Amino acid sequence: MASETIVDPDFKVPAPERVGEEGKTWSHVIQNLVFTVDHKKLGLMYIGSGLLFFVVAGIMATLIRVQLFFPRSTFLDPDVFNRFFTMHGTAMVFLVGMPMIFGFANYLIPIMIGTRDMAYPRLNAFGFWVFFFSGLLLYFSYFGAPGLYNAGSAPDVGWFAYSPLTAKAFSRGHSTDYWTLSILLGGIGSLATSINILVTTFCLRCKGMTLGRMPLFVWLFVVVAFLVIIALPPLSACQIMLTLDRYLGAKFFDTQAGGDAVLWQHFFWIFGHPEVYILILPGFAIANEIIPVFSRKPIFGYPIMVAATVMIAFISLGVWAHHMFTVGMTSLGNTFFAISTMVIAVPTGIKIFNWLGTMWGGKLHFELPMIFCLAFLFQFLIAGLTGVMLSVVPFDWQLSDSYFVVAHFHYVLIGALLYTLFAGIYYWYPKAFGRMPNRKLGLWHFWLFTIGFHLTFFPQHISGFLGMPRRIFTYEAGRGWEIWNQLSTIGVIIQIPGILFFVFNLIYSYFKGEEAGDDPWDAWTLEWATTSPPPEYNFEKTPEVRSRRPLWDLKHPDDPDWKFE
Amino acid sequence: MSSAELTNTDSDWKLPSQRKVGMICLIITESALFTIFVVAYVWYMGKSLNGPFPKEVLHVPWLASIALFGSSFTVTIAEKFLHKGNRALFHVWWLLTIALGAYFVYFTGAEWYHLIYKENLTISTNVFGSTFYALVGLHASHVIIGLILLSIVVISSFRGKLDPGHSEHVEMIAWYWHFVDAIWVVVLTLVYFISVNY
Repeated sequence: MASETIVDPDFKVPAPERVGEEGKTWSHVIQNLVFTVDHKKLGLMYIGSGLLFFVVAGIMATLIRVQLFFPRSTFLDPDVFNRFFTMHGTAMVFLVGMPMIFGFANYLIPIMIGTRDMAYPRLNAFGFWVFFFSGLLLYFSYFGAPGLYNAGSAPDVGWFAYSPLTAKAFSRGHSTDYWTLSILLGGIGSLATSINILVTTFCLRCKGMTLGRMPLFVWLFVVVAFLVIIALPPLSACQIMLTLDRYLGAKFFDTQAGGDAVLWQHFFWIFGHPEVYILILPGFAIANEIIPVFSRKPIFGYPIMVAATVMIAFISLGVWAHHMFTVGMTSLGNTFFAISTMVIAVPTGIKIFNWLGTMWGGKLHFELPMIFCLAFLFQFLIAGLTGVMLSVVPFDWQLSDSYFVVAHFHYVLIGALLYTLFAGIYYWYPKAFGRMPNRKLGLWHFWLFTIGFHLTFFPQHISGFLGMPRRIFTYEAGRGWEIWNQLSTIGVIIQIPGILFFVFNLIYSYFKGEEAGDDPWDAWTLEWATTSPPPEYNFEKTPEVRSRRPLWDLKHPDDPDWKFE
Repeated sequence: MSSAELTNTDSDWKLPSQRKVGMICLIITESALFTIFVVAYVWYMGKSLNGPFPKEVLHVPWLASIALFGSSFTVTIAEKFLHKGNRALFHVWWLLTIALGAYFVYFTGAEWYHLIYKENLTISTNVFGSTFYALVGLHASHVIIGLILLSIVVISSFRGKLDPGHSEHVEMIAWYWHFVDAIWVVVLTLVYFISVNY
């Protein structure tokens, strides 16, 4: 990281003295991190804190799997088990998924559209710190009433927090309040960052960067930011209602007073379903950048890709109740939501075929990012197919709240999102640190993690078919579930060294990786036009763009893209 | 912000204004937030198991509504005078806007006092109370935020800190005020005209 102190022109306080060398002392490092408003540092901090929470939530998942290795296991108390799956889900969605995607957005969008910084740099910093403290607040609940050993007063109502589980009568103490306030805070941070992304992309594009020439990555993030500002306020609203219920005795979700417990489910999933698209579209965005570069071909069907993304976002706002088929809606409602859920597979399929079309006849280079993207395509296909299966109402009635559903969304969130995040980290690592990630370590990471991941989650389809319910701390012997649970747990044990290889690779390459140069992958978008790592101001002279692949035009003045646009 | 000057050097490369896009995004966000509270109110119309019911206790707030709708016009007129450079009249109309908004907040407070102490309707009485106080209170809180913003403008103008370069800032605050007004149209219609029939 470059280490000059940042002087925001709007900032009237005299800047502190320049730190001469990178990270001479810890206090310099801390100052650099705490006072920074630079979008690149904030992006790396987002990704770093996301990885931190990822490790913590991953440890929880591991303990859950260990508990389920044997039937009637007493490794964890039931209460502790409830707290673990709640905190695992909440942390993975709100403290890992969201910050990771915002980290990529922060780091890359300003460089990709050729500007100096985000539109509101200090709002950006505010968003990061609010998110970070919301994570600390959530985990602080572990130091609650019964103490750490009994897992404190951590939330134990599931990440969906269905009422009436969250009512004062059933959730004593402050566990649910930690959850509510933490999500409210994190929501504020996410909204701030999303508004920042939208304003940046609409108002700060460099000369010639029309909307039709923006990299697809930026396009998808515009759609994601729109989804966030439309879908996150409902979550904040129902958190406010829940807080009023718990503290002022309001009757929003109190069925004794004419309230409605199902209303919470509607409100929660009005947020919750767009949320999964908020999480997966950035994964698509990363794949959109990586697949063309390593196929040595421009992306196939750029306008179709944008249109499909907008369609996905639009339809995703109207499918929330497919999480509630078993709650007892009318047949008409069930039918509507089943059909809209099936329809959303169409634009998603368009995207998959466009990626295949990009690779078709290209010269594939199997570098680390590309390998992860290929695995992503395959795994996302499986995830999408199980999703379409679950959208069929009678099928969902059989398998709702079973491990089949767990397998489905873990294939989406790990098999698709996490793989593209890994790919993105390997792809832009040289840009951020100026050194190449180590290929051999990366391959170890890939194979261990992939084998472990499939071994963990594929058997869960089968145990779901055999009727194993989610979120139950144990199971009886003799129902044919043992072998599949044991395979799952063994898969987790294989995944862990993969993650360790990944983390070690990041640290090792930072010190020992080979020098990358400005453009190691021979890519085409603007972020590769500046140095690695980029200076504070990104570009010495703001670039001017004449086509979708500005660097191609630079490298091939005899055959530029803009002649054909 | 200063970064805008760095990027837009050429006159033939036009981009939308940061402040406008930011304010539009904020308004979309707030609209989504209000939508959920409105939906909750509609969902629970007529579902209360015990009184007091809306038709017994709610009276249409004609004066307060006229004040709030009128403040949208006064703020527009004040902006006009700011553009013309007539500071004195700008101050008059702007202060009138603040006064009208403050009257609205006062009215809400008086209404709530009446409901709580005379009609025994609190947030924990029934689902009508819960949704009513949540929705109207959310709107009132936005009116208060708007008043703070309006006051910042007029105070900085009195201190001589408001120059013609700030016209867009002032315009954005006026946009926000119009948005708060538009929300009141929805809340008024729903709470005082529709729900009293349940």
